[in-house]
Amino acid sequence: MLQEESDLSLVIAQIVQKLKGSNLYAQLERQAWASLQRPEIKLESLKEDIKEFFKLSGWEKKLQNAVYSELNVFPLPSHPAAPPEHLKEPLVYMRKAQGSWEKRILKSLNSMCTELSIPLARKRPVGEQKELLNKWNEMGTDEPDLSLFRPVYAPKDFLEVLINLRNPNYENGDSLSFRTHLGLIQVPLKVKGIPELKEFFVELGLTTGQLGIDDSTQVPPELFENEHVRIGQKVLAEQDSAAAQQYIRQGSPTALRAELWALILNISSQPEDILYYEQLKTNVIQHDLLVDSLIYKDVKLTASNDDYYFVFEDYLYQVLLCFSRDTSVLGHFAYNSASPPKSYIRGKLGLEEYAVFYPPNGVIPFHGFSMYVAPLCFLYHEPSKLYQIFREMYVRFFFRLHSISSHPSGIVSLCLLFETLLQTYLPQLFYHLREIGAQPLRISFKWMVRAFSGYLATDQLLLLWDRILGYNSLEILAVLAAAVFAFRAVNLMEVTSLAAAEAVLADLSTLKVMPLLQIFLFATVT
Amino acid sequence: MSRVSVPCHVKGTVALQVGDVRTSQGRPGVLVIDVTFPSVAPFELQEIMFKNYYTAFLSIRVRQHTSTHTPAKWVTCLRDYCLMPDPHSEEGAQEYVSLFKHQMLCDMARVLELRLILRQPSPLWLSFTVEELQIYQQGPKSPSMTFPKWLSHPVPCDQSAPLIEGLPEPSRVSSEVQQMWALTEMIRASHTSTRIGRFDVDGCYDLNLLSYT
Repeated sequence: MLQEESDLSLVIAQIVQKLKGSNLYAQLERQAWASLQRPEIKLESLKEDIKEFFKLSGWEKKLQNAVYSELNVFPLPSHPAAPPEHLKEPLVYMRKAQGSWEKRILKSLNSMCTELSIPLARKRPVGEQKELLNKWNEMGTDEPDLSLFRPVYAPKDFLEVLINLRNPNYENGDSLSFRTHLGLIQVPLKVKGIPELKEFFVELGLTTGQLGIDDSTQVPPELFENEHVRIGQKVLAEQDSAAAQQYIRQGSPTALRAELWALILNISSQPEDILYYEQLKTNVIQHDLLVDSLIYKDVKLTASNDDYYFVFEDYLYQVLLCFSRDTSVLGHFAYNSASPPKSYIRGKLGLEEYAVFYPPNGVIPFHGFSMYVAPLCFLYHEPSKLYQIFREMYVRFFFRLHSISSHPSGIVSLCLLFETLLQTYLPQLFYHLREIGAQPLRISFKWMVRAFSGYLATDQLLLLWDRILGYNSLEILAVLAAAVFAFRAVNLMEVTSLAAAEAVLADLSTLKVMPLLQIFLFATVT
Repeated sequence: MSRVSVPCHVKGTVALQVGDVRTSQGRPGVLVIDVTFPSVAPFELQEIMFKNYYTAFLSIRVRQHTSTHTPAKWVTCLRDYCLMPDPHSEEGAQEYVSLFKHQMLCDMARVLELRLILRQPSPLWLSFTVEELQIYQQGPKSPSMTFPKWLSHPVPCDQSAPLIEGLPEPSRVSSEVQQMWALTEMIRASHTSTRIGRFDVDGCYDLNLLSYT
């Protein structure tokens, strides 16, 4: 059909445009030139011979992986008349809500700046630069006075904004009718029901082997685990991103996980990447940002206090400080409903040539931000690779957890999905919790915003994040949150206050993620 | 293919409702929008483009110009085209939509008037409509040009121009200049949108406060 053909050529043109500026393009060009020396390349059939050469030498696979990566990350091109804001977020009222939320954050940061009389950014004197360079691998030993700093916002502030989100064209009557949602989220986004979730997560079904269930000590490894590891090694040998993404839906063996994630996220450590990381490190040493103090405070408050992650404190600084200086992250704002904060060089207010983004990557960290990085430290020990993996995970998934959008993996949809699942399949529990003033979302929100990092045991968390990568969607977070409530339903029915409900759900570290998900999706009698 | 926007006059929406609009409870679920083309002769419709605002289903009726003296009749050219897969949720509610000639049920050769019938069966929405309506007809085909005689049949040179000593041959120079021009065009065409990575302005990153605009 005409429409599909023109859509396809638009997608192809967009991907080609994107890949042209990448390292891979330069490498392919170099390889093509070098291949002209080879005897099998003949002038008459130059194009075909070079294509054949690429196929045999594995370069075609690399190109395939890059294209697959682009398709996963970038939304399909929309209507030609749609303005760029529409690509960020199609619903006007959500764009407005995100804009006013951002304004609040900026005001908070500005007032912190003026109260403490600390500049947003300053160039470090040479002596300080030398000192920091010497201390680079042990920044955790530093104990700067951070008592005056406070996080710009915490997840519960963000939850209040989401609770007050309203569509002006929606019937939001004061009296309770069939139109009001019984949960906290009041916007009518489309969320999947359990039948659709069963189809979407079909590989998590009862008849399919899973790591996290079928690799436990009681199950003999010949039944599933050995074969699964063998297939994993084969996938890695083929270096095929799409196959790896399909494979990881059943979980990843611990030994192969680091390489599999790198393959799915299309990260390969080239010398240019290590150089880029070193450049970011130089930027950190040269300029001191106010955001750095926020990062320090966040790491000290969250990761350093966590039994599993405190050993990685130094790694966290090395990753997060460099992350703030990375302007390539600005690219993701094309499909993120948020926009990077802007500022002007001192004395040049209003002049566009002196307009800059602050922080350079446009992302202001909030309380708990460092927990996105912490679990990755178990997999990657080389700072530049750890950095690349985190950056790719952020621009693919984590940014959706703290910006207001109508995307199915956005936090608003996840909250609505959680509440809808709970209401539909555990109506008694939902009603009871609502009656005692303990709306379930108030408890589960913090789990979802952090993608359960810091709440689950690390091996369980990594199994969960395997599925996030495998399905390229965050909806599994909402399903797991509902499954946790279902698991502790009996205890929750006995509580009589929000505090008691929080106490029942305070400790998730003993939970096994995959059995919970399987039972909730495939074995609950509805 | 090129397309040309046709100036149209969009009349106000008329709600279809049983009973008195003012006194009865509930909101109308059907709206009708008439589109006329006062200053344009009957044209061939290529594309209809608009921005949806919470309309669930769209039907279009067209009145075409007939050569005989029979009065033009209304014909349905699009029936119940779904804009929102689930009328109760936000999916597709504010999307940009294009409808093309080949999707229509009838020939759109000599369009006089259009009538858009919007339906929104869900009672959840306060209002619904379509915005930024634009109608396109086929653009002019590239006109056939007649070349002047001296371009299509150049007169052969009787004698070659005298070569000045010391200067390179003009035909070689012109071919080299052509190759250089082709190279610059190639470089210009392969413009990428990758950033360079500098976040400061000339080494300075001394900032005022964050700006709110």
